[in-house]
Amino acid sequence: MGITQILFWILAITAIFSALMVVISKNPVYSVLWLIVTFFTISGHYILLNAQFLAVVNIIVYAGAIMVLFLFVIMLMNLNKETEPQKSKWLKLAGAVAGGCLLLVLVAGLRHTEKQMTEMVTGDIGLIQNLGKVLFKDYVVPFEISSILFLSAMVGAVVLGKKEPRIPVETEMRKVEETQQAINI
Amino acid sequence: MYLLQIDWWIFFEKLILVAVIVTTALVVAMYSTYAERKIAAFLQDRRGPNRAGPFGLLQPMADGLKLFMKEEIIPMTSSKFLFVLGPMLAMITACMTSAVIPWGSTIDIKGHQVPLQISDINIGILYIFGVVSLGVYGIMIGGWASNNKFSLLAAVRGASQMISYELAMGLSLLAVLMLVGDLRMSSIVNHQIANGWNVLYQPLGFLIFFICALAECNRTPFDLPEAENELNFGYHQEYSSMKLGFYLFAEYINMFISAVVMSTLFFGGYDIPFVNEAAWGNHWWVGLIGFVVLMTKAALFIFLFMWIRWTIPRFRYDQLMNLGWKKLLPLALVNMLITAVVILLLHK
Amino acid sequence: MQALTNRKQQVERKPMTVWEKLYLPSIFKGMGITFSHLFKKKPTINYPEEQRPFSSVFRGLHILNRDEEGREKCTACGLCALSCPAEAITMEAAERQPGEEHLYKEEKYAAKYEINMLRCIFCGLCEEACPKDAIYLSQTFAPANYGRKGFIYNKEDLLIPDPNTDPEGYEKAKGDIGKNIK
Repeated sequence: MGITQILFWILAITAIFSALMVVISKNPVYSVLWLIVTFFTISGHYILLNAQFLAVVNIIVYAGAIMVLFLFVIMLMNLNKETEPQKSKWLKLAGAVAGGCLLLVLVAGLRHTEKQMTEMVTGDIGLIQNLGKVLFKDYVVPFEISSILFLSAMVGAVVLGKKEPRIPVETEMRKVEETQQAINI
Repeated sequence: MYLLQIDWWIFFEKLILVAVIVTTALVVAMYSTYAERKIAAFLQDRRGPNRAGPFGLLQPMADGLKLFMKEEIIPMTSSKFLFVLGPMLAMITACMTSAVIPWGSTIDIKGHQVPLQISDINIGILYIFGVVSLGVYGIMIGGWASNNKFSLLAAVRGASQMISYELAMGLSLLAVLMLVGDLRMSSIVNHQIANGWNVLYQPLGFLIFFICALAECNRTPFDLPEAENELNFGYHQEYSSMKLGFYLFAEYINMFISAVVMSTLFFGGYDIPFVNEAAWGNHWWVGLIGFVVLMTKAALFIFLFMWIRWTIPRFRYDQLMNLGWKKLLPLALVNMLITAVVILLLHK
Repeated sequence: MQALTNRKQQVERKPMTVWEKLYLPSIFKGMGITFSHLFKKKPTINYPEEQRPFSSVFRGLHILNRDEEGREKCTACGLCALSCPAEAITMEAAERQPGEEHLYKEEKYAAKYEINMLRCIFCGLCEEACPKDAIYLSQTFAPANYGRKGFIYNKEDLLIPDPNTDPEGYEKAKGDIGKNIK
């Protein structure tokens, strides 16, 4: 067994274990932390496939930014073991079935990918130069469309996050007068 | 699989290099604490530490010893594992950044070409970004695990500050990457040796990067996570003994690393100004001189960091966010656009 | 009200110009100021090695004086204790026995003499009250101590060294007392 295979097995087992821990952990903060570990193992897989750019971007974007925001929310909402709502048995069963279905679909989808996998190991597809050329030559239009999608999402976030428009002074004054009259009566 | 083929010569060479570089980073960080106290003292017409050893040079050892000897307190209501993990993460992420920095030119030892760089991966700069963005976790985990409201608030502040300033930092860096056309740290340095330092082409980019580096290191004027008048002591309030020491120490390592990164990206790395050191050949001492030059540049930056700390007062939190999102980010975008246009025009 | 000095400045509340809003010029100015302080002379004195000379009228720890023959001057009259506003001084008197003439100057002497340095405010009234020139405030101050007991100085602590047997110690303890005051 070569060193690649050893690393692969270690990474794969850690990935599955930490992914399970995300689901099993009672405390949401621990769940998020296990999810971060999962991202690291996935990045490790990317490196094994010689896709260093993807590996680092995965860490920067997911582990470095998105998970921090998740942690933010969970920490500030003070979610912990005590406040975790108890779900009913049927809900748990439904979740297990849905998860099983997803697993089935994934396994079925990945069954015929052996050929591509061997290409990935020897190839340099994941290196940044090749990735850039592919993105900006072969897939320019989808790339730009997805960037427009991102832009619109950003604008939407800003619009949603904006404060409510101020109540005009006149309406406010009228309200004040109305209350005063109501008190006088 | 190119990454993982083991060649024992390379293995030992890298092992020694890692040991030397990490030790250097630790020693520099240790003496940064001394330098900070001395500079603070001199800027305030005081003498600073001068009791432990000649000129107080043994002061960092005394401080370290004191921290080791102190009582270790883990709060009852904290989550113990995360409480210990926090400072560990802070320290590890601080040390990991040094892996891709070229500390000197490639030297020739008995026919072996030894690059003074632990790993010249083709995404060097992104690697640094990745590790820096992980630095948040040390703060966040420590702050949350302490089970203290002040710690939590400080941790949230620190994390949001670091995330906000990472954006402007990345954008200011993009302009540099456009100039160089490669993400490798070694080729960034080589490009500067050939074409002059990046700071000449990117003064605005450097300014933005520098301000963001201050914020990333939680240095004054952006030391809001440690704002003692509002948050008592910041995210490490519940920490004592060497765990506190690790947090403080990680900050100084971060400062050293960001000083080195700035000298590498904008000030030519190990390049000696006005001298063509490539003509000297491939001797071992050329690499050593390069290393010394890089350290000198880094030391100047560290001095600048400290000088700023003891001059400028702290920002308010809304001012900090305002500066990051409404000033630096658009400025960095404009800088990037101008650079792109100029490069496009010059290449036509 | 009329200003006594012309240093008063009216605070300006004009909106900042663009140049001022950049903040960078004023930041550089501030950094220039702090940098100039790097080269200024440090007023700090390295205390145990260097000591700032006391003024000639400094009032420090008390000493009980002796005359030229080394006899204690104090007669335990109690005027110092009476004059002490902090009530820091107590003493017990005793009669000089025959054969003790070389120890005590007068027929009465202080068998016990205590000053509580925690109470003492170093006002120097005891020195002024003493008719025999027996108590002086020297130019040292009470060193730190771990317990309160250590600050209660008894006669052995206060008594000046004998000028005949230990002239150096005598001179040192006496310090500048009586030299500069004309």
